[in-house]
Amino acid sequence: MVRYDGKTVVSLNVNNETHEVAARPSDLLLDVLREQLGLTAAKPGCKNGDCGACTVMVDGWPAKSCLMLAVEAQGHAIVTVEGLGGTAAVQKAFVEANAFQCGYCTSGFLMVCQALKTQHPAMPEEYVIEEWLQSNLCRCTGYQEIRKAVHMMYDMT
Amino acid sequence: MIPFDFIYCRPDSLKEASDVYIQLRNEGKTAVYYAGGSEIITMCRSGSIRPDAVIDIKNIPECTVLKIDAQKLHIGAACTLNQIKESKFFPLLGLACGRIADHTNQCRISLGGNLCGTIIYRETSLPLMLSDADITLYGPEGQRTVPFLAVFNGRMQLKAGEFAVQVHIPDWALEARCAHIKRTANEKIDYPLVNVTALWKDGFMRAAFCGICSHPFRSGQIEAVLNDRSLSCDVRAEKVLGLLPEPPYGDVEGSGKYRAFILRNTLSSLLEDAENGKI
Ligand SMILES: Cc1cc2nc3c(=O)[nH]c(=O)nc-3n(C[C@H](O)[C@H](O)[C@H](O)COP(=O)(O)OP(=O)(O)OC[C@H]3O[C@@H](n4cnc5c(N)ncnc54)[C@H](O)[C@@H]3O)c2cc1C
Ligand code: FES
Ligand code: FES
Repeated sequence: MVRYDGKTVVSLNVNNETHEVAARPSDLLLDVLREQLGLTAAKPGCKNGDCGACTVMVDGWPAKSCLMLAVEAQGHAIVTVEGLGGTAAVQKAFVEANAFQCGYCTSGFLMVCQALKTQHPAMPEEYVIEEWLQSNLCRCTGYQEIRKAVHMMYDMT
Repeated sequence: MIPFDFIYCRPDSLKEASDVYIQLRNEGKTAVYYAGGSEIITMCRSGSIRPDAVIDIKNIPECTVLKIDAQKLHIGAACTLNQIKESKFFPLLGLACGRIADHTNQCRISLGGNLCGTIIYRETSLPLMLSDADITLYGPEGQRTVPFLAVFNGRMQLKAGEFAVQVHIPDWALEARCAHIKRTANEKIDYPLVNVTALWKDGFMRAAFCGICSHPFRSGQIEAVLNDRSLSCDVRAEKVLGLLPEPPYGDVEGSGKYRAFILRNTLSSLLEDAENGKI
């Protein structure tokens, strides 16, 4: 049985690199990524699981990092926008489609779309895309462009 | 950030989980079982709970089972709503899972967390109340498997230190005729104003509800009215409003009066659809 009591060294696999950080068992993955690893792509929004700004990919699935403990993430493959490298199809598609305005929600949407592509390598039915995108909110209401970007992402690959 | 520390334990077996619960209790510490963590983290952050320890059950093999054998479907309490939905084993429960929170959260929220949490809707309980499901629980007094309805009366009645391990659903229910209607105030993704879930056995309509009252319920009196074909669909729907176990629930999402209005209309059209063979 694993038991962590007090500050512990946690080993996290983020963007294919192993990082050791000292974290309390009650530290959130979101806070550890941002404040200890300097990976600030995942954004704090509601911190309640509602907005999706903090979304990262865990073992190929989308996860809201505000609702996950850092200690739980050990042994899992975490990907943040920094790990997409700037040239991933999803990133190019968002630029092409002008799928952002203020940009605050963008990293969350990018990770949901990247996870969608991971789980559904071929374009899924429209209702599946809608279901996945509904996990995230865009206060600038750029939903049409984001939807378009998903289609472009699939067209590019 | 959670503004206090807790101990994190991840046992590998049912016994280890219960033993560590007892050990922590003997040390004078409060512990909560932890699955998806979405409710525990939110409540810790807001200060409404302050456990000394969380016991993560996701590494216990029995809690992650999702399989059909001889005559039953077995679902581990740590299975996520998305796993249950995607398995397609029990479409009615899949429909319930697919309408709780959003897709990303469905990849995290567990069946046990939804059943045992404090959020009043507990929408996965509705299909279980209707399908003669059993539930296996484990705790300091050992393991027991009991009818789901024997330990669920709107919320789980667990003994100290007990946790949900699996639910078991008989095969007749898996493919039975069914309906799942969730009405929300505005957005598709929201808590229900009213959730009406129905399952037919031998031509008899069973129905369970949440949103309309402060807890999910199933009622024999209501089912008798719903199945009384001497009455019109509208009359039956109206009569149900007089048989609720408590006055309709009201909050910022919808007043009790509005929820009752929605329930009546929902039931009326559900009954009509059922009678016209549309379900
Ligand atoms: C954005 C969002 C939207 C939501 N929308 C809905 C909705 O529409 N309908 C609805 O019904 N719910 C909804 N919920 C509520 C959600 O289903 C509950 O909060 C649920 O408790 C979360 O499950 P979890 O696995 O994350 O639970 P956790 O946070 O791990 O646990 C919640 C509670 O259950 C207990 N628990 C967990 N597993 C077990 C077990 N196996 N045995 C005994 N006790 C256990 C824990 O001790 C804790 O008290 C929503 C939640 C979020 C975050
Ligand atoms: S910050 Fe995590 S969902 Fe809003
Ligand atoms: S681009 Fe501003 S919140 Fe989405």
